[in-house]
Amino acid sequence: MIELLTALFLVSGAAFMVVAALGLVRMPDLPMRLHATTKAGVLGAGLMMVGVAVYFGDGGVTTRAVAVIGFLLLTAPVAAHAIGRAGYFVGVPLWEHTRADELKGRYDDKTHTLASPPEMNESSSDDEPRR
Amino acid sequence: MFEIAIIVANVLLSISLVLGFWRLYLGPTLPDRVVALELIASLTIGFIAVYVIASGRTPFIDVAMVLALTAFLAAVGFARYLEKGGHREDD
Repeated sequence: MIELLTALFLVSGAAFMVVAALGLVRMPDLPMRLHATTKAGVLGAGLMMVGVAVYFGDGGVTTRAVAVIGFLLLTAPVAAHAIGRAGYFVGVPLWEHTRADELKGRYDDKTHTLASPPEMNESSSDDEPRR
Repeated sequence: MFEIAIIVANVLLSISLVLGFWRLYLGPTLPDRVVALELIASLTIGFIAVYVIASGRTPFIDVAMVLALTAFLAAVGFARYLEKGGHREDD
C-alpha cells in the first residue's frame, strides 16, 4: 500500500515536471515560461518530496521533506518575481499577440520606480470632498 | 511494480532535463536561460528524491534542501545583476 502510494506520488510529480519542461520549451514569451516552470515545477518537486516522506514514514525524514517543500513554496515565487521584473526592465520583448501591457511607459528608467495609473489619480481627486 | 515506477520517474525527469537544456541552449535572452536553470535545479531535487527512495540513503534530502537554497540565491543574484548592472554610470 505504501509502495503503491509512493509510486503514485513519484510518477505524478515527474509528469508535472515534464509539463513544466514542455511549457519552458513551447511557450512563446518570458512571463509565460516563468508561469509554466514556477507552478508546475514546484508542484512536481513537492509531490516527489511528499513521496519520499510517505515512503519512509520516519519523523526526521518527514520533517526534512516538509522543510524542502516549504522552502520551495516560499522561494520560487520570489525568484520568479525577481526574474520577471528584471526581464521586463531589461526589455525582453513580449509575445506579439499580447493584448495589454499595463506597465508600458509607467516605469522610470532612472529611478526604477513605478508611476501610478492615470485613472487612480482622477478618482483620488474626485474623492477629495469626502475628506 | 515499484521498480517500474522508479524507472518511469527517472525517464520522465530525464526527458524534462533534455527539454530544459534545450531551452538553456536556445534561450533568446539571458532571463530565459535563468528560468531554464531554475527548472533544472528543481529537476535535480526530483532526481534526488527518486535516488533517496531507490537507495534508502536519507541524508541526501539535506542535499536537496541546500540545492533549493542555492538555486534561489542564484536566481535572485542574476535578477539583481540584470536590473542594476546596466545603470552603473548613474551612481
